[in-house]
Amino acid sequence: MAKTYVSATINGEQTEFLCETQQTLLDVLRDVVGLTGSKEGCASGDCGACSVILNDRLVCSCLVLGVEANDAKITTIEGIAQGDKLHPVQQKFLEHAALQCGFCTPGLIVASKALLDENPNPTETEARYWLAGNLCRCTGYDKIIRAVMDAAAEMRGETVG
Amino acid sequence: MSSLSYAAPTSVDEAVKLLAGASGLAKVLSGGTDLLVQLRSGRVKPDLIVDTKKIPGLIGIREDNGSYIIGAATPGAEVEAHAGLKAAWPGLVEALDLIGSTQVQGRCSLAGNLCNASPAADSVPALYAAAATVVVVGPNGRREVPVEQIPVGPGRTSLAKDEFILEFRLPPRPARSSDAYLRFIPRTEMDIAVVGCGVSVTLDGNGVCTAARVALGAVAPTVILVQAAADALIGHTLDADTLAKLDAAAQDAAKPISDKRGTIEYRTKVAGVLARRTAGIAFDRAQGLKNGKAH
Repeated sequence: MAKTYVSATINGEQTEFLCETQQTLLDVLRDVVGLTGSKEGCASGDCGACSVILNDRLVCSCLVLGVEANDAKITTIEGIAQGDKLHPVQQKFLEHAALQCGFCTPGLIVASKALLDENPNPTETEARYWLAGNLCRCTGYDKIIRAVMDAAAEMRGETVG
Repeated sequence: MSSLSYAAPTSVDEAVKLLAGASGLAKVLSGGTDLLVQLRSGRVKPDLIVDTKKIPGLIGIREDNGSYIIGAATPGAEVEAHAGLKAAWPGLVEALDLIGSTQVQGRCSLAGNLCNASPAADSVPALYAAAATVVVVGPNGRREVPVEQIPVGPGRTSLAKDEFILEFRLPPRPARSSDAYLRFIPRTEMDIAVVGCGVSVTLDGNGVCTAARVALGAVAPTVILVQAAADALIGHTLDADTLAKLDAAAQDAAKPISDKRGTIEYRTKVAGVLARRTAGIAFDRAQGLKNGKAH
């Protein structure tokens, strides 16, 4: 069976690839395009480690077919920083030590950025519900939530004591 | 395992032709949050996937003389963000919003939830309660049918191989009407209903119910519309006597199985409790009283 030609904008760059129908967007990102920052945890949409932003919506890339990405705009963890400058969410994850093994971190950072793009001033409860689809088995989540709330405050121009 | 084809038609006719002409199993793809999991596990082995999202009208929400029309593949996040729809049908919007995570909401759709035909599907009791209809398209054109005619058993629908759902239609809302959906789960998020209940009511100026529909999920092979529960509400205010009759009617209609989520006895009891609580929210809303979300 011939592979399907797909053209998409990934992290601002026009990208072309060939893929088989059953390959997920996650498979394509990691194995074809070479962007291995998005992780495969469960491959069933439960853990959020593969989170990407697809046409302005947060999705699990394991629940999207690669062929569906034709003409789409995709942001992965590799597209969150601006060159050498980390996104505030990334910076705050470092400052708050909001990770241990790091496997869930790319998905959590992409999901947190999507939250703050949509809601710059979330309550802690809103942040926790938004991130309910990102599982972390190390941190117990508190440091992650502190990092996200601190990043939100910084992005709003507030200084936090 | 590389014989799987994919097509993303840009018209209804083209999609119907692809489905009708498929030599093996063809699956209709909306958001894919169920289908991709089934593909991965090998539970379904299609030869063709027909992605409906490029067909005009499949994504989007519009209003037509008081009716809301929701494209079959419109993602949950887009439905949740629609202020007018949320004001008219808060219960339906909350029910769809309860499905999965933020990531799943970016993709999951009413058509997917209905056609996956799980008895525990969250949006489906709310659709039944709303008296929603679906426009089904196929080789003989289009037909409009009540949502409750689509699921026929766990994982099975009444749709023919070459048919799919184009859109959902919600009827115009009379004054003092509202709806609610509650599900019971043992945690606060990201779970599947032990029991779900959707209620839609219209009241008169004295708080007496003039029209009602009550649906239960996860207590039968399909979601069920419970006429006896609606009858317990119609003609009455929501007083203790009405609530007791509603509870009894819901328990009587519940024919659940025992599984890891709950026993027959437990689910039956919860069906009565949820019917009372859900009706309480729907009545409050119909009277313009504030009543918050389930979580």
